[in-house]
Amino acid sequence: MSSTDTKPSSPVLEHDKVADQAQTYVASFEHRATLLERFKKFLHHYPVAAPSIVLILAIVAFSMIIGGRFLHPFNLSLILQQVTIIGVIGVAQTLIILTAGIDLSVGAIMVLSSVVMGRMAMDYGFEAWLALLIGIGVGAVTGFINGLLITRMKLPPFIATLGSWNVFFALNLWYSKSETIRSQDISAAAPLLQWLGETVNVFGARLTYGSLLMLALFFVIWYALNWTSWGRHVYATGDDPVAAKLAGIRTDRILLSVYILAGVVCAIGAWVLIGRIGSVSPQAGYTTNLDSITAVVIGGCSLFGGRGSIYGTLIGALVVGVFRNGLALAGVDVLWQEFTVGILIIVAVGVDQWIRRGTA
Amino acid sequence: MTVDYNQTPVLQTKNLVKRYGSVTAIDHADFELYPGEILAVIGDNGAGKSSLIKALSGALTPDEGEIFLDGKPVHFNSPMEARALGIETVYQNLAVSPALNIADNLFLGRELRKPGILGSVFRMLDKKEMEKRAREKMAELGLMTIQNISQAVESLSGGQRQGVAVARSALFGSKVVIMDEPTAALGVKESRRVLNLIKEVRDRGLPIILISHNMPHVFEVADRIHIHRLGKRTAVVTPESHSMSDAVAIMTGAMEVDESESAA
Repeated sequence: MSSTDTKPSSPVLEHDKVADQAQTYVASFEHRATLLERFKKFLHHYPVAAPSIVLILAIVAFSMIIGGRFLHPFNLSLILQQVTIIGVIGVAQTLIILTAGIDLSVGAIMVLSSVVMGRMAMDYGFEAWLALLIGIGVGAVTGFINGLLITRMKLPPFIATLGSWNVFFALNLWYSKSETIRSQDISAAAPLLQWLGETVNVFGARLTYGSLLMLALFFVIWYALNWTSWGRHVYATGDDPVAAKLAGIRTDRILLSVYILAGVVCAIGAWVLIGRIGSVSPQAGYTTNLDSITAVVIGGCSLFGGRGSIYGTLIGALVVGVFRNGLALAGVDVLWQEFTVGILIIVAVGVDQWIRRGTA
Repeated sequence: MTVDYNQTPVLQTKNLVKRYGSVTAIDHADFELYPGEILAVIGDNGAGKSSLIKALSGALTPDEGEIFLDGKPVHFNSPMEARALGIETVYQNLAVSPALNIADNLFLGRELRKPGILGSVFRMLDKKEMEKRAREKMAELGLMTIQNISQAVESLSGGQRQGVAVARSALFGSKVVIMDEPTAALGVKESRRVLNLIKEVRDRGLPIILISHNMPHVFEVADRIHIHRLGKRTAVVTPESHSMSDAVAIMTGAMEVDESESAA
């Protein structure tokens, strides 16, 4: 029995065959792209462009209003120092938001890890490097717990981390006995804990090791997201988990790895935090949660997952830092800083929606 | 294209059974796919054809019976295992990742790494090689109307997306490609292109199992038509031996077919 490509002509097939002669312009309109539309397309193609433009405009505006004082290397490095913690925690938050999740517990993980690092070094007399490692281990375990709640118990990330935020924060208060470890005590017993707060002089700018570590962290995670299979799988999982699964990606494993990694990054943030404030305080970094989400959103990451760049978060954090610093130098009341950051978030998300519309 | 039905089937099942509680989804089903053919699988809703296809693609483990690949018995516990043996499935709901580009999608889950220390220690992807191979495959299948291999899949039309999914299966499927309703979500012209693409893949030597509700499409591209009814094969016909109304009649039980009469 053989079969050939020449089928007996059936009248039923004819209606389909004529489709070959169909006109090729399907639903096209006489239309020339306006300048605005081309700009929109450009923003869609380069998601980091929008926050970068805002950053540049803000720097230009503040240097015109405030003058040389704003552009002085010392002030610029101060801004970098001020955004270091938000930047590090923003790295963790970006990873999670790329998977269409959200982590409300990042700040609590950071503070809990810093308290563990402090007590391990001060109260239990561990070597400073070992105390740091134990603290990072705590970050990994807390991230793992979040990951299990989300992948095994199938809780929505918002709810899971809202719960773990409270749990971790309470553990932090209990374990620290709500006491602060003083800066002088740490620098006497375990100066390594504060090392990231030390500065190096680069052309009049005073960069802390913490800021340099943050930049290195951005580079490493950028590499992992863009140049490894794992990174492609993180994007695919956030973009369309069903399609990712059908393509053979074990999405639960990817999610779990992302939450663990985010926990580790938060614990690195704890080390940066100790360097920045000198002491170990269970009340420190209280606003870091929402600040990290702010940086990610202003940086152009989609809260629906799968879209965005890690560098956007760095720029987003810098935008917030520049606005806070600039407004402060201009003598504007702190409450207007908060007001401005709020407007920035709304504008960022609004612009994002506008870019997405009609540029499929 | 001539298909020799005396050779060993590429994919074959004998007496396959799958029960869900009191429901028998697959009831001692036989199935054969020969090298170089397009075999359409049709059946009414609830006839159990999707269970059969799931068994063949590894998404379901049968309770009884055997599956043979190139004459050798095989067992899959997951779609990954079937895929590793060269059975690729193109899913109905366009299993592509919209925000990723074409090359990323073609290699999703099977990325290529750079040779040497960059690949082994730093796990660095070989983007150039993946883009090159993606471009080759798309050109081979006549999909090069897509200009830029690094454009996001979301910027493609439905037919082009399906083209990406088919190209992926052709790129990795070494034995069999299973296509589940590949034209269901597409317009007339786009369906046309995908049908041509299916024939193109077959002409390159990959046998195809096509599941479709669209009788004109089935009768146009299929070499043989496997008709599934009440959990098993009731007949195998060809577009030459039977008409569409015959096929529908057999599928719904309005017409009985003697197995010895049916093709191959």
